[in-house]
Amino acid sequence: MGVRSGIRHALWIAWKDLLDISRNRMGLVMLILMPLFMMGMVGYIFPSNSGMSNVPVALANLDAVQGNASLSTKFVAQLEALNNKTGMMDLSTVGSAADVKSNIQNGQQSAGIIIGSNFTSNLNSGKQADVTIVNDQSNPQTASLIQTQLTQVIEQMGTQTATYGLNQTYKTPLNYSLAQVAPYNIQTTGIVPGQTNYFEFVAPGIMGMVVMMSLMTGLPHAISFEREMGTLDGMLAAPVHRMSILGGKVIAQTTRGMIQGIIVLTLSIVLFGVVVQGSIALILGILLLGVFSLVGLGILITSFTSTEETATMIMMTLTFPMMFLSGVFFPISQMPQFMQVIAQFLPLTYAISALRKVVVLGVGIPAISTDIIILFGFGIVLLSAALLAFERAMKR
Amino acid sequence: MDDIAIKATNLVKKFRDFVAVDHLSFEVKTGEIFGFLGPNGAGKTTTIRMLCTLSGPTQGSATVAGFDIAHQGDRVREHIGLVSEKMIMYDRLTAHENLRLFGELYDIPRNALRERIDELLKVVNMEKWADQQIGTFSTGMKQRINVIRALLNEPEILFLDEPTLGLDPQSTNEIRDFTRRINEDAGTTIILTTHAMAEADVLCDRISIVDYGKIVALDTPSNLKKVITGADTNVIELDVPNITPTLISDIQSLSCTQTVTAEDETHIRVHASGDEACDNVIDTVRSGAGQIRSIHNVEPTLEDVFLYLTGHEVREQVADKVTTQEGHSRHGSRVRSRIR
Repeated sequence: MGVRSGIRHALWIAWKDLLDISRNRMGLVMLILMPLFMMGMVGYIFPSNSGMSNVPVALANLDAVQGNASLSTKFVAQLEALNNKTGMMDLSTVGSAADVKSNIQNGQQSAGIIIGSNFTSNLNSGKQADVTIVNDQSNPQTASLIQTQLTQVIEQMGTQTATYGLNQTYKTPLNYSLAQVAPYNIQTTGIVPGQTNYFEFVAPGIMGMVVMMSLMTGLPHAISFEREMGTLDGMLAAPVHRMSILGGKVIAQTTRGMIQGIIVLTLSIVLFGVVVQGSIALILGILLLGVFSLVGLGILITSFTSTEETATMIMMTLTFPMMFLSGVFFPISQMPQFMQVIAQFLPLTYAISALRKVVVLGVGIPAISTDIIILFGFGIVLLSAALLAFERAMKR
Repeated sequence: MDDIAIKATNLVKKFRDFVAVDHLSFEVKTGEIFGFLGPNGAGKTTTIRMLCTLSGPTQGSATVAGFDIAHQGDRVREHIGLVSEKMIMYDRLTAHENLRLFGELYDIPRNALRERIDELLKVVNMEKWADQQIGTFSTGMKQRINVIRALLNEPEILFLDEPTLGLDPQSTNEIRDFTRRINEDAGTTIILTTHAMAEADVLCDRISIVDYGKIVALDTPSNLKKVITGADTNVIELDVPNITPTLISDIQSLSCTQTVTAEDETHIRVHASGDEACDNVIDTVRSGAGQIRSIHNVEPTLEDVFLYLTGHEVREQVADKVTTQEGHSRHGSRVRSRIR
């Protein structure tokens, strides 16, 4: 039994597994749906900043109910003029503060602006006039965004009004304008052209996660399932090296994982408008390296569990925290210190970081060489431990 | 080729504190059908697994086809075929693909493999099902493919672990015929484990009765039966429509009685020795107001041999079985499954 026949055996076993997977129709559908759901869910759950436009906002001018509402009317006109430029809000006028509340409650509007009842008279008598921003607390993400934006707008208008007031008082000539655009226009830009959305951040993460999780869950499942079915005995009783069996399983599961990874990549580009800045070949290469770094863990778990059920349970327990700690959804730098420390021990962290750099920043191998070396190291250490454990487990 | 296909010396397998196989030693001659007969959990499958190198012995050693199971695993595997209790088949692969996969694992050259597969499929009349997925087959059809899978490499030694378990009577007969044919035509040594006494009786050249990991007896079926007749033991079968627990224990308490089994609601099987055994049993039944519909002095079967050899604990079971009609008792249900 030379190396060549060992490889041949591994390929036949992989052929068998892949044939089996390809004939499992339900499984195939899930294989495609899983990454689609992942992308869709994650992409929409966390809205991105740049996407704020036409947010429905209720506007109640309580001052208008009173006699003199000249200043509040002007304020509304200013607000609308500004909004016409930015297109941020979709303003609709309502009658009372109660209306604002009920509209937000029944979901018609996401926020509200209430102009206080003594707006004009307060201003005229030199007091501060009240403008209240009403938030929808049930959606903290949008609420905080709207609040920030509205506060900015209204403060800007306040400054303008104050300036105008000063000009009036000191008779400085100034062309009166209904609304004034602030002199400083701040624009942010990334390293690469175009606007980055959350998908671009999350797509490499999901790709890495799907491929590696697919292997981590698939491998113990594939081996312990066969052990329970008794079919593993058939291979073990044949003159086939243990490593060929393992190799075959790894090849099959890696192929399955890579197919899922490619599906995620395609979906990200076609459906979610992700622009891949780096090379696709490099992305696939990193995915494979990521698989290599985790294969050992999968085999270790298989070796230490006797039933498929326990194997799956251990996998779930391990993969879930891994998913969140390795920076798939949130940048690791935003996490608390101790979590950052844990993240450093997860191979997935490095794979995702490398993928992200390639997809979003378009870097080449030199920029991710540290990640590559670490992934390689993880792979070698875990794999050596795993092969020892597997050899022993097969003798039970 | 050696005359001895398998030689086991003091094989022991422990799972933690449980001793599954307890110092087993035996020899299997080349070309014979050798049976392991015993209840579930007697250690038959564990023994087979060790001989097939699927599990390492805790102590002891064995050679299979002349190779040591501990150190020459690969050589052993080249010479054996295994039909285990669970089918070694992939449901989503066709019969042909399954056979092809295993043929490739045995490194059979492609053309030879194709011929061998066709030939074997023809032998079990499965040619026209070759390209159907195994999952759509009946258990009997699957088992036929499963058995020829184990024959792909033309093994010198074929292990059949409960090959007819869960099969309908027709498939059972087919598999038994086929087993005999493999043995006669190709001279393949066959190791058969079963808990069906009748199967062992009709198929095996020699049988080893195993219980609690030990060989209780090892001989040809006819010699095994002589254990009973030679000990001057009669096997009496009575048809008594109104069996009561008292009746059973009365028969049991006779000095000539060895074992009493209630086979069903109306039949009692008694092992008793001595010339007056029959008379004594009849007297006891009648004095206990039992009605005897018929009585036979029957030829002992392997079941009787098994009872006779492991009888001490079957005795408890008989009393249990009648008092708890449904077999709720721990002993009742366990022992019944151990014997039938």
